[in-house]
Amino acid sequence: MSPKSGDAIRPSSRHGPRIGVFVCHCGHNIAGTVDVEKVAEALARYPGVVYSTHYDYMCSDPGQELVKRAIKEHRLTGVVVAACSPSMHEPTFRTAGEEAGLNPYLVEIANIREHCSWVHEAGPATTDKAIRITRAAVEKVRGNHPLEPLQIGHAEKCLVIGGGIAGIQAALDVAEAGYEVLLVEKSPTIGGHMAQLSETFPTLDCSQCILTPKMVEAARHPRIRLLTYSEVEEVSGFLGNYHVRIRKKPTYVDPEKCNLCGDCEEVCPVRVPNEFDRGLSERGAIYIPFPQAVPSSYTLDEEACLGLEPLRCSECARVCEVGAIDYDMQEEIIEEDVGAIIVATGFELYPKEEMAEYGAGRIPDVIDGLEFERILSASGPTGGEVRRPSDGKVPKEVVFIQCSGSRDPELHKPYCSKICCMYTAKHALLYRHLVPDGRAYVFYIDIRAGGKGYEEFVARAMEEDRILYLRGKVAKVFREGDKVVVWGVDTLTGKRVEVKADLVVLAQAIVPSPGVTELAQRLHMSCLDEHGFLKEAHPKLRPLETLAGGVFIAGAAQAPKDIPDAVAQASGAAAKAIALLSAPALVHPPEVAIVDEELCSGCGICAPQCPYSAITVEEVAEVNEVLCEGCGACAAACPSGAMSLRNLTDEQVLAMVRAALKEAAEVTSG
Amino acid sequence: MAEFEPKIVAFLCRWCAYAGADLAGTSRLKYPPNVVPIRVPCSGRVEPAWVVDALRQGADGVLIGGCHPGDCHYVSGNYKARRRVYLLKKILPELGIEPDRVRLEWVSASEGKRFAEVVADFVAELRALGPIGAGSDASRVTRDEESTALRGG
Repeated sequence: MSPKSGDAIRPSSRHGPRIGVFVCHCGHNIAGTVDVEKVAEALARYPGVVYSTHYDYMCSDPGQELVKRAIKEHRLTGVVVAACSPSMHEPTFRTAGEEAGLNPYLVEIANIREHCSWVHEAGPATTDKAIRITRAAVEKVRGNHPLEPLQIGHAEKCLVIGGGIAGIQAALDVAEAGYEVLLVEKSPTIGGHMAQLSETFPTLDCSQCILTPKMVEAARHPRIRLLTYSEVEEVSGFLGNYHVRIRKKPTYVDPEKCNLCGDCEEVCPVRVPNEFDRGLSERGAIYIPFPQAVPSSYTLDEEACLGLEPLRCSECARVCEVGAIDYDMQEEIIEEDVGAIIVATGFELYPKEEMAEYGAGRIPDVIDGLEFERILSASGPTGGEVRRPSDGKVPKEVVFIQCSGSRDPELHKPYCSKICCMYTAKHALLYRHLVPDGRAYVFYIDIRAGGKGYEEFVARAMEEDRILYLRGKVAKVFREGDKVVVWGVDTLTGKRVEVKADLVVLAQAIVPSPGVTELAQRLHMSCLDEHGFLKEAHPKLRPLETLAGGVFIAGAAQAPKDIPDAVAQASGAAAKAIALLSAPALVHPPEVAIVDEELCSGCGICAPQCPYSAITVEEVAEVNEVLCEGCGACAAACPSGAMSLRNLTDEQVLAMVRAALKEAAEVTSG
Repeated sequence: MAEFEPKIVAFLCRWCAYAGADLAGTSRLKYPPNVVPIRVPCSGRVEPAWVVDALRQGADGVLIGGCHPGDCHYVSGNYKARRRVYLLKKILPELGIEPDRVRLEWVSASEGKRFAEVVADFVAELRALGPIGAGSDASRVTRDEESTALRGG
């Protein structure tokens, strides 16, 4: 291509920077308002610029060729393309530069279209602004260093914490993709809360019937190592390279030998409340949470047992025909390197004892939603018959109270627990099916039934099953004889309502699983939200990730969620983990924070500025480049100028500012 | 004499304000050409010393554009910027500079119109203020002193 008007080639600065400037017309888009020739001419006179030209469409193939040829012919050490926004063609020109042998980080875009030609009228002021923008980009390039994306290796295993439905789903997805999974669950069985449910809304599938095949699949999967009765004790490392330490408590029963005969529990002299039935039944010190538990084995609860030695009791060992009971079983410490971690620690119900206004904890027939699930369940403490806890009578009048502890910023939790409207409708509907002559009342603030088939389900409960929905809050619940009296107001009619109920069911708020705070600290995720739920890296765009690189979230640990949402999020988190595990190497942008150790005093002001915990300070600050996202907050805070951002140093910015402000006449070629 | 044309340097965070300025362009919204944008990763990267330096180098105003509260790509950079700018504005009068010459604005990537309005409004305000030092005999301090005073976020 022959030089044309505006082209300028200067053979000078053999040793200094040799920057090329390429001004794009973008047809009329730029050239219609900006005098592109003048821009190219002005830049040709700018220090450090050895070549400056303009062209119709710089992003076209001939345009890119022009850039590439100039890089080679003029041995350019930097390129500025004055064109559209970098969000459009920065990758295009960086690739072109690379193809011509120039490090891509030495190519910068001067945005003279979106930020100039499109927003101003044609005239000298607009051209002047284009020149200033381009000059600033030249200063940026002048200070840039050639960079390579960071490449880091990673372990190929995945740790899933929590064996509820979310954890099971995530573990299965990751294992199916070909990666080894450690599935850690703190209780003796996987299954989580879903195993406690009777039926699920809105389809009324039997919860255990759809859950247990998945539990068995997880247990049998050749690439899933199930660690029940275990807790993650320690996590160190970073993205792709975590080292975890897991403590597996002894169950004192060999799962390989246990044949689930149940003789041991029958002879066990100890009776303690059964957690799985939420205390509505009792279990022995040796027990199985529920018949389909996975792994299918009894567990000896060390704390409840009279003593782990034959002299104290040993009734269970005596009757065990297969010799599965081993009092000498020791705890096991498992240490593994994992590339990704999925946290699926689930939820708990807000303790009903907190609801003093509803008499919970004092009146035995005021129960929470999960207790009612157990009462409804065919495998529950009442064998699937609806009988109330106090005297085992079939309740004929049942009051369900929604938003119990939710949406109550003054006394309890301000947020909506999301699933209660639906499970209350399910509870009331199942109750009516089981006790056809019973009456069900639901007190509600409003009904939130967003979800596939949800609104129809609530409508069915109201219309077909004749459940009486009363809009209003309950003021008081108290005992009168064997009745539980509920006082409330129906705000739609404005009338006071009194129900002499036999049973009251509270739709308790969903709260994070206890222990998640400690776990978050172990995972170096200082990021729990104000209610203790796990906080996502970005509320809209990174809902599966946490600020700890390589740590993902699934299920109700993040926020109240129903089963389909928890399962969907688990598969999403698994996909994120798989993407990480399957990458040959993790690639990270190199424009990260960098410390000048000579200048650093080790004051540590930078470290708390970092939202990614990428900075550690011992004698001097040190940046973990893999964790650093390049925001530059640390650099802005550093009092001694030791902390900086690669390719956006103070010196670069100040030079850019000066280049942007100087009048054209003040700038002369060097 | 021609009307005073203020010069503005704008530090725009790449995720929100810079993208908002892009949208103003894509939408062909018109605003005065007095502002030269400089792209930064985050408003939290902007050092108060940069702002002072820009004012020393001849800028009549400095605009810092960040994401709306709660929207920061890096979680909390905009809050850091807000604290730094707050402190900076307390110090500027000591340097003989009107605090109104520094503006921190939240502009989302979808607020092209807002970006154009912010610039137009800032230009009008600076026109009214006139050049730095026009209204007062600002005693200038050396750059070193400024930097020492202003570094440290």
